[in-house]
Amino acid sequence: MIKTIVSTELPIDEQFRIRKNVIQHGRKNGLRFCVVTGTHGDELEGQMVCYDLAHVVTEHIDALDGTLKIYPALNPLGIDTIQRGIPNFDLDMNRIFPGDPNGTMAEQTAHAIVEDIKGADMVIDIHSSNLYLRETPQVRINVQDAERLIPFAEQLGLDFVWVHDAATVLEATLAHSLNVTGTPCLVVEMGVGQRINHKMCRRLVAGILHLMQTMGMWHLAEDTELPTPIICKGDHVTFLNAETSGVFITELKCGINVKKGQVIGQIVDPLRGLILSTVTTPVDGYLFTIRAYPIVYEGSLMARIYRK
Amino acid sequence: MRKETIFELTSPCRDNFRIMGYHFGNGEKTLAIVGPMRGDEVQQQYICSQLVNRLHIIEQRNGINKGNSILIIPSCNPFSMNVSRRFWAMDSTDINRMFPGYDQGETTQRIAAAIFSALNGYKYGIQLASYYVPGDFVPHVRMLKTGYEDVETAKLFGMRYVTTYQPRPFDTTLLNFNWQLWNTKAFSIYAGHTDQIDFDDCEETIDAILRMMQRTHIISQRPLRTAYESMVIDETTLLHVKARHAGIFRRLATTNKSVVAGETLANIIDPYNGTILCDVKTTVNGVVFFSHNRPLVLQNALLFKIYTI
Repeated sequence: MIKTIVSTELPIDEQFRIRKNVIQHGRKNGLRFCVVTGTHGDELEGQMVCYDLAHVVTEHIDALDGTLKIYPALNPLGIDTIQRGIPNFDLDMNRIFPGDPNGTMAEQTAHAIVEDIKGADMVIDIHSSNLYLRETPQVRINVQDAERLIPFAEQLGLDFVWVHDAATVLEATLAHSLNVTGTPCLVVEMGVGQRINHKMCRRLVAGILHLMQTMGMWHLAEDTELPTPIICKGDHVTFLNAETSGVFITELKCGINVKKGQVIGQIVDPLRGLILSTVTTPVDGYLFTIRAYPIVYEGSLMARIYRK
Repeated sequence: MRKETIFELTSPCRDNFRIMGYHFGNGEKTLAIVGPMRGDEVQQQYICSQLVNRLHIIEQRNGINKGNSILIIPSCNPFSMNVSRRFWAMDSTDINRMFPGYDQGETTQRIAAAIFSALNGYKYGIQLASYYVPGDFVPHVRMLKTGYEDVETAKLFGMRYVTTYQPRPFDTTLLNFNWQLWNTKAFSIYAGHTDQIDFDDCEETIDAILRMMQRTHIISQRPLRTAYESMVIDETTLLHVKARHAGIFRRLATTNKSVVAGETLANIIDPYNGTILCDVKTTVNGVVFFSHNRPLVLQNALLFKIYTI
């Protein structure tokens, strides 16, 4: 059943709506599982995950015992205008949660979203990096929630779980706003902005169904062995930033092991035909993020490597 | 006056990105003034340019009191202003939400780190700022409530209002939040407008800054205009007036207008048939402190903030 959680007039003959698909079967008072995405309008992997998940679960509705709620577009205007944020609003939508019923339209929307989702038994918040970086499928967890959430994250069958520090500014994310109210929320990052990697999406759908099965609300998941993710806790991530501005050329994809001294790519000068700097890894490790957008400024993030 | 390059960055295709600083006087780090971090803050750019101009003259006339050193950074983001983009053009990040910065981090973190390094250690700090919601303000001094805010010094600007507000998580990366934590008495000056220059408001703001400098004994020259007895406002006490409908916005009350309960502040017009969808009214007597300034409005959008006693 399609329900509208936010409905607001736009100036010229249009209604701004945020909608969800509520798929319910079995116990009416059973578990509630939410899949949310589209907070950043340039992140599209979640669209295919939502489609696939809704399709599979609807086709095999008898296997569901509980309620699955799918929110494919928390920032519909951003998705429609190919921009990360909300059009005509300065702040990143994922920095204004839990919102404010008396604030701007964006803050009111954020408030309505949190009110609608909180109390769920599990929330998966799907992101797909941005235009600039390519990410291996991973779960990100705030260190404050690590103990409670890692066991759930392991059931998603992704490559990597990154337990990161608790920066104050991240207290304004949807995930944090839900986790502090006791609603468990896992943030998934994968792929690259403005594109859909089918393989990664299908993998995440399988992982979500597996997690639902583990929680006792799905009874059709294939009995396949899921990969065990790398759990990255503490200060084990090396960030490589560009030493110079220029054009980044690489042959690598993320999700591979790299050796100390290995070349990740080169920053070149198209005008003079020069190599301005060579990006090499200073450590052995697992490359889980790599630059996707070639134009770089000094300081642009080129890669993230997990030091084993 | 001494000109200095505070930060320089090469670009793949453009000229180098430069942040310039203008130093006046000698001695203790007394006052730093920071201009636009966003590419549409042209009102702020103009004010900074005039401050550089006037301080240069004041310095030539020995008007800077001994032992005081002043730094003005007229622009922290010329690249964005040159291409009419509000944020960093490459990735849309906001330099003013990157503080205290990180000199080994991403580009705008490095820019913020360089700016913060140049600004750190000054006794007073003034940022010419803009708000995240589009609109016009009565020019005022704004401060985060961090426990380090200095309301009494803020009153020395002699602007009509001094406002304070509780920081939210997303405010913790602002320059002024961090400046305050690093022991600078930091003030944000809202000069009325952002992407257009109102020369009257600019003059009022320039005078206010020079007045604060004179009253804190940084300079000896008095400003031309008289000061206001500043009203101190906790921003939570401002009445928010919102749009009941979306449509075309016809503003009837501009900022600083006295209004009475029941007065119509604006009309919202149906964009198809031209009829008035609703009148926007105030429920209290007061003064219009903030007003929306775009031709269209969304339903429930914030249109006015009214200061009331």
